[in-house]
Amino acid sequence: MDTDVLAARLRALVGDAAVITDRQRLRTYECDGLAQYRVVPAVVVLAASTEDVAAVVRECAAQRVPFVARGSGTGLSGGALPHADGVLIVMSTMRRILEVDRDNQRAVVEPGVINLQLSDVTRADGYYYAPDPSSQQVCSIGGNVAENSGGAHCLKYGFTSNHVTGLELVAPTGEVEQIGGKAPDAPGYDLLGALVGSEGTLGVVTAATVRLTRTPADVRTLLAAFPGTDQAGAAVSAVIGAGVIPAAIEMMDALAIEAAEAAVQCGYPEGAGAVLIVEIDGPASDVQQVFEEVEGHCRAHGAFEIRIAADDAERALFWKGRKSAFAAVGRISPDYIVQDGVIPRTALPEVLSSIARLSAESGVRVANVFHAGDGNLHPLVLFDDSVEGESERAEEVSGAILDLCIQHGGSITGEHGVGSDKAKYMPRMFTDDDLDTMQLVRCAFDPSSISNPGKVFPTPRLCGERPGRHQGVHPLAEAGVAEVF
Amino acid sequence: MTTSPPEPPVSSPAGTLGTDARLSLTGVQPGEPAFDDHRPPSAELVSDCVHCGFCLPSCPTYVLWGEEMDSPRGRIYLMNEGLQGEPMTDSMVEHFDACLGCMACVTACPSGVQYDHLITATRAQVERRHERSRADRALRSAIFALFPYPRRLRALRGPLRLHQRTGLSRLLRRSGLLERLSPQLASMEALAPRLGRPQPVPERVAARGTRRGTVGMLLGCVQREFFPGVNAATARVLAAEGFDVVAPAGQGCCGALSGHSGREAEARRFARELIDTFESTGVETVVVNAAGCGSAMKEYAELLADDAAYADRARGFAARVRDVSELLAEVGTVAPRHPLPVTVAYHDACHLSHAQGVRRQPRELLRGIPGLEVREIAEGDLCCGSAGVYNLLNPEPARELGDRKARNVLATGADLLVTANPGCLMQVASALERAGTALPMAHTVEVLDASIRGRSPDVFGADRRRETG
Ligand SMILES: Cc1cc2nc3c(=O)[nH]c(=O)nc-3n(C[C@H](O)[C@H](O)[C@H](O)COP(=O)(O)OP(=O)(O)OC[C@H]3O[C@@H](n4cnc5c(N)ncnc54)[C@H](O)[C@@H]3O)c2cc1C
Repeated sequence: MDTDVLAARLRALVGDAAVITDRQRLRTYECDGLAQYRVVPAVVVLAASTEDVAAVVRECAAQRVPFVARGSGTGLSGGALPHADGVLIVMSTMRRILEVDRDNQRAVVEPGVINLQLSDVTRADGYYYAPDPSSQQVCSIGGNVAENSGGAHCLKYGFTSNHVTGLELVAPTGEVEQIGGKAPDAPGYDLLGALVGSEGTLGVVTAATVRLTRTPADVRTLLAAFPGTDQAGAAVSAVIGAGVIPAAIEMMDALAIEAAEAAVQCGYPEGAGAVLIVEIDGPASDVQQVFEEVEGHCRAHGAFEIRIAADDAERALFWKGRKSAFAAVGRISPDYIVQDGVIPRTALPEVLSSIARLSAESGVRVANVFHAGDGNLHPLVLFDDSVEGESERAEEVSGAILDLCIQHGGSITGEHGVGSDKAKYMPRMFTDDDLDTMQLVRCAFDPSSISNPGKVFPTPRLCGERPGRHQGVHPLAEAGVAEVF
Repeated sequence: MTTSPPEPPVSSPAGTLGTDARLSLTGVQPGEPAFDDHRPPSAELVSDCVHCGFCLPSCPTYVLWGEEMDSPRGRIYLMNEGLQGEPMTDSMVEHFDACLGCMACVTACPSGVQYDHLITATRAQVERRHERSRADRALRSAIFALFPYPRRLRALRGPLRLHQRTGLSRLLRRSGLLERLSPQLASMEALAPRLGRPQPVPERVAARGTRRGTVGMLLGCVQREFFPGVNAATARVLAAEGFDVVAPAGQGCCGALSGHSGREAEARRFARELIDTFESTGVETVVVNAAGCGSAMKEYAELLADDAAYADRARGFAARVRDVSELLAEVGTVAPRHPLPVTVAYHDACHLSHAQGVRRQPRELLRGIPGLEVREIAEGDLCCGSAGVYNLLNPEPARELGDRKARNVLATGADLLVTANPGCLMQVASALERAGTALPMAHTVEVLDASIRGRSPDVFGADRRRETG
């Protein structure tokens, strides 16, 4: 459809101010947190309400125009990468906290609400929103739902999927659906389960009902410095093996520490080849006992310095180094790839030495940050785009790391999603039958294949034509970018 | 001997323009790339941005509107578009103009992106190369013909005082007349503080007790004319802490308002003059009590980097500049404090906290006063909307931010609001007034001064709040 006509129709639906077609403005939306992938959208709509979103999606469905939802644009897999002929629906303008139901430990929020802001608002009442991606100060809850985001404390508290009990969804046909609610579990198919982590391919979330978690009575945090990642990894296995579930166990290697020091001066122990941040929370008496146990395991596996956060300020400093690690790598390298893979925890030493070997052979530096407790690796592959061939080499190393994860029975993404970036790796993990089954689910929601097309699945495919539903060839098929499923 | 800087003639800027609207004033052809070669925003600094978005929630305009192009990440993207050859369109400029220059994003950025340098360079290009509307040009010229010139501000004092005393001011505000005529003019009127009597600072004030050194003192423009009490207090506190204070009478504007608004040539002129003035006094340190001025003076090295005659001197000068709280924390205080039983909310001026990294020192100095309690303001890192002359140029967002700040300030329940910048004081005062409250306000040094002199908190009218509500 002609962009001017589309824009004019959208303006009539949501108002002039909410529709952007100016090229320079459009370009500021051309990428998310993974800036290597860029596509200028045809139109950007700044959504103000569920009605806005429904109206835009209905128009898109009627014209078979693709649309992509975008939250804060911090995604690291190109999930919010716009479609050149499509509408980018910006949700960061829908950011009201609609309800805090303290007694039932629920909050109802618009999708653009920033993760940390929900905790800030509920903390005074003794509650917080538990999933804590490192980007929590900026990422949106809608984006978290779409990516099933996790964070350091998800080891104990679970990922986003464990904290969403209801969603309001504008389905790709434009209908507004209420799925779930405040109750912990709805009868019938677990549609919430399908929606959380669907990366915007099943519609646009316009409200989410989420759990609020009681702030723990006591929190203790330690920072343990080890000579290297082997010793630190062994300590992690010992802790988990002993049946202890800390709120978080995070690991950083020497290069990641160097970057964090450069960025936020977190003052980690000098000479550390790896650090662990271990946090224990719960009732005070339990915390004390578990904490001593953890400390013992760390010492037994070679920790040469253990610091215990004396107060919230020191705890914040421990975490600051870890939480800023990705972006901090910008201080030691002009460009980098944030990789995200999962391995069984016990494979950690082996995978790490393989990564080290890959790095040595290719001359590409790799910094490592992990959610060590659940085997979620974040290797940061460093390169300089201005040097001929470096980005290709980095890309190769990064892909080889995913192969390592698969070989060890892990996964190609722990929390950042498949998006545009990893769609090509899906066949390494799944058979064609697996992918077809997923496609069936997708077609049930999105028969026109207009909701964030081109993401997640390796070959963009259109759902089989249904009689009487559409006329003519789908524009994506016509353009040769997708085939009919 | 220093001389007063020459003041350019005050002419009606609109009147001096040609009548032919087709004539480009800037000489920039339509479609030309946004930036020319004279100090464009650095491509290298632009490429430091890794697009993580951590700056978004720190940015006042993103907080207000939630739009990418009005976030630091989006603005850097626009700069990059300009570097890649996109022309400087009205829409591009609109987003640069909307930036408050509060530098909260610089604090928030984990990758160390120097947005401060980027936006300064961008603004200078905008001022040289973008043709603004006639009304906008007139307003800007009027502002910059007035504020950087203490003598002109002084000339305004008489009528302003009369205006406020006769009640005309209240009448005018209530009628909403000015608001309808010009929101910019209305905000200027509303911002003007209630003027007290002038308290000129002598050129030399001798140290009391053991002498610990000699410092120069910047008097500022708005500070000098609208908040004379702050300068008087600064001189007294410095003297009480053992410093001879030299405040050259002929000193002019530091160029902060000009520099932060892209008026580069003007800013450089002011900077050179100020350097001359203070160099001739031979002082080791130049003390500043206005956050915006201090941050600009610390940037002189970059501002005059390509001025052969001044580059080295500018670097030396910038290194000698200290905010008054910074200096006192550095040397340690010696003057005995008397109790000052008052609860204060401390407001970080962006140009002190984000631009100069001075957060701890004023709080420590305040906490050093017996009986005084310091409370933190929620969303303390968020700009109050003053931002130099921003509130005059962009009244609507400035007002929203001011109202938000006023709510957060009131929520602390403090008796007194303390901050270190005249712009913030005026901005928050007018927001509080809109909210129908009046909270006493003071500059950090005024509080120190009251404690050293054993005055009661009543000098700030700290008991007024309880009366009014
Ligand atoms: C420095 C840094 C650290 C990070 N750390 C973590 C981490 O620890 N854990 C983690 O899990 N992730 C992490 N991320 C990745 C990212 O922050 C998360 O994926 C986050 O959930 C994305 O949220 P967003 O609002 O930015 O979404 P976007 O990037 O805007 O979008 C992400 C996806 O969600 C879809 N989407 C957005 N809103 C909606 C909606 N309302 N309805 C339907 N679909 C929608 C988009 O289409 C896209 O597919 C990190 C990113 C950065 C830059």
